[in-house]
Amino acid sequence: MKVLLRNPRRELDIAGPRRVHALLNDLQLNRESHLVIRNGTLVASDEELGADDIVEIRPVISGGAL
Amino acid sequence: MKCRVCREPAIIDVPRHNANFCAPHFLDMCRKQVRKAIDDFEMLQPDDRILIAVSGGKDSLAIWDMLIDLGYQADGLYIGLGIGEYSDVSGQYARAFATERGLHLVEISLRDDYGYDVPTATRATRRVPCSACGMSKRHLFDKAALDGGYTVLVTGHNLDDEAAVLYGNTLRWELPYLARQLPTLPARNGFPKKVKPLVRLSERETAAWCIVRGIDYLVDECPMAAGNRHLGFKDALNTIETQSPGTKTAFYLNFVEKVAPLLSAFALGDDVVLAPCNRCGAPTTGDICAFCHLVETASAHEPVPVELVTGKGARRR
Repeated sequence: MKVLLRNPRRELDIAGPRRVHALLNDLQLNRESHLVIRNGTLVASDEELGADDIVEIRPVISGGAL
Repeated sequence: MKCRVCREPAIIDVPRHNANFCAPHFLDMCRKQVRKAIDDFEMLQPDDRILIAVSGGKDSLAIWDMLIDLGYQADGLYIGLGIGEYSDVSGQYARAFATERGLHLVEISLRDDYGYDVPTATRATRRVPCSACGMSKRHLFDKAALDGGYTVLVTGHNLDDEAAVLYGNTLRWELPYLARQLPTLPARNGFPKKVKPLVRLSERETAAWCIVRGIDYLVDECPMAAGNRHLGFKDALNTIETQSPGTKTAFYLNFVEKVAPLLSAFALGDDVVLAPCNRCGAPTTGDICAFCHLVETASAHEPVPVELVTGKGARRR
């Protein structure tokens, strides 16, 4: 599957199928600070991502002046 | 995973509630959390004139969308900070959101209206970027709310923001700051009422709200905030949260309920006499307020592009 990551923006090819929580673990990304989107739709952590899916892992942490 | 409410397939798991939700019931959960914050902390009245501080990011656009969805009337305020392409794009998101929904967006430009921008102020004051940025925003939010006749200023601070600030202030036992870290600050001494209706929602949830509602927002992080202390606190708390879901909620909301009332005597400024700034009229302890000092210093400095105060450029100065 194609996986889009941000900050910095980059794209990875990862073998599928893979569950969302396993993908985040593999990439050492905290589930509290990321959402996983497939075809514009959120997917829950036990959802299986297919080998042909295009997936965005979106960071949700922001932090500047308060 | 099934939705806790309807048993349809879930789109998001929310470990702190030990629950999963489909899209409609996730939105319902968010509305209920915001409604509860507004009611519990006496944030808004139906006839309030509301001004929302809008950055073009997920939190401010989510709370603007939620308040309109809940039946409130609210205008937005966007401040152009002059942080290169980041500010250009953030302004586009804020304008697009307002235009598509027929909402009113007030705009202020630091460079056009005050003769400086955040990168230049950072270099001119030789302080961390978030210092000049935060001071500018707080002053201009207050001024715009008062000048525009708004009865309350809304900011998009979420549970993660508040928990991280609380964590930082607790590590240093900053009692005056702890005493004032409340979800509602009443109007006082020439400052407008300020409220944070997102304090019961995590930023993962506000981002999910935007995605489910089809709100385009600026995902990229501010280039000048990268690596700051606040982000480090969030990272630490999220590591704990993953092991023990609900920790951030308990840490912040139990503080507000159980500890903040005990600290009220330490509140910063309650025993300080404020007088109008000789230049702008804002309340201050001296003759000239900190914002007017900043404007004087930063506007006299040659403009500095953002690239020179971030990454490799910053180390060359």
